[in-house]
Amino acid sequence: MFSLRDKKLANEIVSKIKTLNVNLKFMHVCGTHQDTLVKHGLDVLFKECGIDIGQGPGCPVCVTTPKEIEEILLLARKGKIVTTFGDMIQVPGEKDSLQSMKTEGWDVRTVYGIEDAIHFAEENKDKDVVFMAVGFETTTPMTASVLLKNPPSNFSILGCHRVIPPALKAILDMGELKLDGFIEPGHVSTIIGSKPYEFISTEYKVPQVIAGFEPIDLLMGVWMLVQQVEHGKARVENEYARVVKEEGNIKAQRVINEVFEPMDVKWRGFPVILRSGLKLRDKFEEYDARKRYEDDLEEIINKEFTEPKGCRCGDVLRGIISSKKCPLFGKKCTPNAPVGPCMVSTEGSCNIEYRYAKNQ
Amino acid sequence: MCLAIPGKIVSIDKKKEYASIDYGEETKRKANVSLVDVKIGDYVLVHAGFAIQVLDEKEANETLDLFREMLSYEEEA
Repeated sequence: MFSLRDKKLANEIVSKIKTLNVNLKFMHVCGTHQDTLVKHGLDVLFKECGIDIGQGPGCPVCVTTPKEIEEILLLARKGKIVTTFGDMIQVPGEKDSLQSMKTEGWDVRTVYGIEDAIHFAEENKDKDVVFMAVGFETTTPMTASVLLKNPPSNFSILGCHRVIPPALKAILDMGELKLDGFIEPGHVSTIIGSKPYEFISTEYKVPQVIAGFEPIDLLMGVWMLVQQVEHGKARVENEYARVVKEEGNIKAQRVINEVFEPMDVKWRGFPVILRSGLKLRDKFEEYDARKRYEDDLEEIINKEFTEPKGCRCGDVLRGIISSKKCPLFGKKCTPNAPVGPCMVSTEGSCNIEYRYAKNQ
Repeated sequence: MCLAIPGKIVSIDKKKEYASIDYGEETKRKANVSLVDVKIGDYVLVHAGFAIQVLDEKEANETLDLFREMLSYEEEA
């Protein structure tokens, strides 16, 4: 339908950036951006132009904490039908993954979306069905929308939804790396619009560009960031205007706000990030698996879980190291035998790096 | 996971809750359209079974021209 593959324009952007002779570090927070960057060799191309671009905490499955993984594993072991997205199934916990439990005969089901999980609940009225609700603002409206439609009483969610802007703030507050700009995720922004990012530019003077997912989108997005840096500007610009509106999707925002409220939550590799998670409002607490199955989860409620031994996913997610710098990458940790979630998820930078390196 | 696929709306149910989306190459699938205001013929972006936004066809068609314009503008600036 819309053709956005224009090689001449792409070359023009690259040669223009090259002449500027810059040395910059940008971060994006989206697995699909990382996929486009690595698949088309843009990451290498940008490096040649003096621009290093890292992924940051932009992979919902990857930032899910070891504790949340143990919670869902325990619920499966307590006999619930556990449903979630395919990427989540393989993430290793301390001893098991949902995949290994499924092999042992526990009822673990992969879904394309939350509506599939509702379908399982309707089909299995005598059983408890738990949906592990993972995802950023792009995915949260689906969970909220379903909960507003009186789902079956045997259905509940293990809420793991998170929001992006507080994580950007956390990255800057931690001060572990000096960033010259953020490429903001196109589909998260489709929902939230551009306003929630503004404080990053006004308070931290960091340029931002919301970008789409075609190679030309990222080339243009980077060009726009470079222009802001060159002209000493820091503001939120929108490269993906064919989809992202300034106000976002208001209907979706309303649905989210009706069902969820902000809460402080930990992200893998991060300490607790203020108001970066979402919890169900009291009105919907009957669908909160943590409350409904409090007794089942009691044995781990006060237990802390750590990342797998040697796994550097936390450092990768904070943008401190690239996937290839992890000593386990491609050796002890591969997509077939992943140690950490960044190698499991198709949105994880380790998985993406491994997948395309293999194809080259 | 935030991947969203564009498709064209070919039909909408009476409650305006679900629509049949044509993704090209003879792939059609039902999607929930309750989060967007749509009509038949609109292009939407679909994520996890839900349409999350209507694509602005005019903006999309003008994207490359706009980029070209921005590049030459910066040159002049």
